Amino acid sequence: MRRCTLPFLFFLANIAFGQQSALDPAGPQAGRIRSLESLLFGISVVIFVGVIGTLAVALFRRRRGIQQEPLESTHRPSAQTERKLLVVVSSLSAVSLLILFALIVVSVVTGREISIKSLPRDSLVVEVTGNQWWWSVRYLDDNTQRIIVTANEIHIPTGRPVVIKGTSHDVIHSFWVPNLHGKRDLIPSRVNTEWIQADRPGRFRGQCAEFCGLQHAHMAFWVIAEPPAQFEAWRRQQLQPAAEPSDPVRLRGQQVFLNNACVLCHTIQGTTAAGQNGPDLTHFGSRQTIAAGTLPNTIGNLGGWITDPQTVKPGNHMPQVPLAPGDEQPLLAYLEGLK
Amino acid sequence: MNSSKTQFAELQQTDELEQTWKEPKGFLGSLAVVGHKEIGKRYIVTAFIFLLLGGLEALLMRLQLAFPENTFLDPGRYNQIFTTHGTTMMFLFAVPVMEGMGIYLVPLMVGTRNVAFPRLNAFGYWMYLAGGLFLYAGTFFHALPDAGWFAYPPLSGPQFSPGKGVDVWAQMITFTEVSALCVAVELIVTILRMRAPGMTLNRIPMFCWSMLVQSFMIIFAMPAVMIASSVMLLNDRTIGTHFVNPAEGGDPLLYQHIFWFFGHPEVYIIFLPALGMVSSMIETFSRRHLFGYPALVLALVANGFLAFGLWVHHMFATGLPQVGEAYFTAASMMIAITSGVQIFCWLATLCTGRLRTTTALHFVFGFIFIFVLGGLTGVMVASIPFDLQAHDTYFVVAHFHYVLIGGALFPLFGGFHYWFPKFTGRLMDERLGKCSFWILFVGFNLTFFPMHFLGLGGMPRRVYTYSAGMGWELPNLLATVGALTIAVGGIVFIANVMRSRRHGEIADPNPWEGASLEWEAASPPKSYNFPRLPAVDNLWPAWDDISKRTVIEGLSDDRREILITSLNAAEPHHRHTLPKPSIWPFVTTLGLGIGLTGSVIAFSWYYVAAALGAIGFIGWFWPRRPLEFTS
Repeated sequence: MRRCTLPFLFFLANIAFGQQSALDPAGPQAGRIRSLESLLFGISVVIFVGVIGTLAVALFRRRRGIQQEPLESTHRPSAQTERKLLVVVSSLSAVSLLILFALIVVSVVTGREISIKSLPRDSLVVEVTGNQWWWSVRYLDDNTQRIIVTANEIHIPTGRPVVIKGTSHDVIHSFWVPNLHGKRDLIPSRVNTEWIQADRPGRFRGQCAEFCGLQHAHMAFWVIAEPPAQFEAWRRQQLQPAAEPSDPVRLRGQQVFLNNACVLCHTIQGTTAAGQNGPDLTHFGSRQTIAAGTLPNTIGNLGGWITDPQTVKPGNHMPQVPLAPGDEQPLLAYLEGLK
Repeated sequence: MNSSKTQFAELQQTDELEQTWKEPKGFLGSLAVVGHKEIGKRYIVTAFIFLLLGGLEALLMRLQLAFPENTFLDPGRYNQIFTTHGTTMMFLFAVPVMEGMGIYLVPLMVGTRNVAFPRLNAFGYWMYLAGGLFLYAGTFFHALPDAGWFAYPPLSGPQFSPGKGVDVWAQMITFTEVSALCVAVELIVTILRMRAPGMTLNRIPMFCWSMLVQSFMIIFAMPAVMIASSVMLLNDRTIGTHFVNPAEGGDPLLYQHIFWFFGHPEVYIIFLPALGMVSSMIETFSRRHLFGYPALVLALVANGFLAFGLWVHHMFATGLPQVGEAYFTAASMMIAITSGVQIFCWLATLCTGRLRTTTALHFVFGFIFIFVLGGLTGVMVASIPFDLQAHDTYFVVAHFHYVLIGGALFPLFGGFHYWFPKFTGRLMDERLGKCSFWILFVGFNLTFFPMHFLGLGGMPRRVYTYSAGMGWELPNLLATVGALTIAVGGIVFIANVMRSRRHGEIADPNPWEGASLEWEAASPPKSYNFPRLPAVDNLWPAWDDISKRTVIEGLSDDRREILITSLNAAEPHHRHTLPKPSIWPFVTTLGLGIGLTGSVIAFSWYYVAAALGAIGFIGWFWPRRPLEFTS
């Protein structure tokens, strides 16, 4: 173990400041859990060292040949030793009871602080629905005109609480952005709520944490925390219908999209495409990744994904749609133009 | 002058006992065996074969995860492998191997000649074997389960898991749980009513106490999983009952509650016997009375009760109301007290004893090191806020492997070295043993320690791959190297077993100077265990002068007679004759096995199971005259 210290430190640093790490909190919820974790970790280290130290003492005494009493005949140390042991063992048990009691109190208090009941006012409400293997995201609003639908990417303003109302469309998934909060299961026929908040701008990766089938490993998403002004700008842009294609190549791409099986599953606001089975593509070009966080959103990756989705993400529900020769490039140009 | 006559009489008597108790020979005879030692051995050997299979599956997973975006296994295959790994380790290795140790050792430790219901015992083993073969037969029929060892609906439901894999999984549970229940009944009755006269409740060896508590837990826990898997899930899949199908008004959380009502106690079912083994070994190798016997017994019993009060800590992320969550946090943390008390008592014993650092004690030390770490992370995940981060990540994978491998496998390996001379009459090689211990110990920590950081660093469980650049590469690679190291340790262990059983040093009845009754029987024990049943007057009979042992006279040697004693004080109550070998438990299992296997294809096969099972049971219980008990 000792020989591994260096690599350990190396990967600790690597993990601790990752974009998907519970050790690097970016908001009050994850921060409170992190403090609790430090407390638990500290106590654990002390107890562990104590136990292993005692074990070492037992071995050390044997090595040094220290024997207080001959045990051969009775198999029992003197009554005095036994009394001492009794005192030590009972006090240690009592101490552990006290420590555990304290931990329960701290844990319950932290639990209250991060629960949905502690939600401050003026929150943004985002509905997240798990699907095999992508995330559907809706920004709720009293004004139905201001509802935004997107997928696999959640923009949030910094410093403002965001309520996540989670459910699932098929099997159980779990919503988890470790830098912001713990998990909440998304269960079909139920709605679970939690609130998150980012105190600093940044990109935080989230990933499904409940085994949900073949592509559980490739069911990620990004939370993008931006200063409120920037967030509002993003929101205004998302409220627009899809950008009309301006050049002939993209126009052709739109026709390819609308005339092929794509429309059976995908919606593009402002066109006739209104499928519900797959992610909404209205502002697809503005997203940073494709296939639920699997690949960066570049024209090359998109081309690979559309021509052969089963190689990129084996078993996923997007079929390979046969395209006429020469249709692919316009389609890609059109989709990437949906800013 | 008289001694040669006495010796002759003794020889004659043991000869007659041997005739009465010997196991039948030949192929058919081997199917009719009802002796506890033979069946115990079969459990242990079968379970170790499943351990090898489960370990191989673990290696495959680790090879796939060694590098990001590795394509060694495709996602479908990976999901089958992790499901089969969990299922094998829980249902086909960990529980059965502990039961095997119990079946072999308990009758020897309480000073009797067999378990209470020998044929039921045989039936239990056959059912277990059938269940294991049934699951692995799925390999050849594209019917391996792939929805996890917990098979949460709706993922495990007919819509999202078409194919027969999940059906096979659910019905496999039926086999193994019937088997577990048989053993539980056996051991409870054996421990409560068949103890040597004088072995009052406060003189029962720790290992027997642990098996007793474990058996009661099985009786309460196993029916729950059978209801979850064999009734609700399987019927949802085969005849559309919609117990747990949310699309039709069923409740997927109901399944989780019932599954974990079993699933949590299951962990203690696996590791309580291991704690019993640890107590036995510590007592022997410290060469002093175990410190705090009453506290240890009470801790075991409390463990048994508390284990049923904390299943919800597997469901903290499902969004249950807070008041309940607080209760379950408290219950989960309280179980640390019972474990803590045991650790303290063991440390007290070790510190004031005169240690003999055999291989077995090495494994005990390894156990303490690993198990304490696993226990501490257990306290951490009992805290809901922390668990919301750790749940379903590699942190939990690390935690429960520390608890299960550290808490159960290390003591089991230690116990195996410790009782090997009793099983085989030969000692295991100490040098090879220590060598395998160190390789396993280093390999284990190398594999699982980095996983704590992986989990907190955001890596979820049950993913067949992960992206590069997340900072997960190095710990994953270390874990794979560790897994290979464990494999090497396993090979050394197997080599040691193979070599020692033929060429090991011959062991006398009590090679370690142990205190309990099994060390008074020959190594390996005769078919009748003890020529005359012993009576005891303290907790450490084998530490007395055994030439002055009080024995029971008056039991018939020409039939399988044993002594039934009273529950509390173990006063002789009456003589009881145990049945002879019988092929019917095997035939019954065969019938039930055919029917239950068919039930995966069509519901109507349950009728076949019922009919064939009934034929088996009728044959089994057919009254024979003259009464077969008399030979």
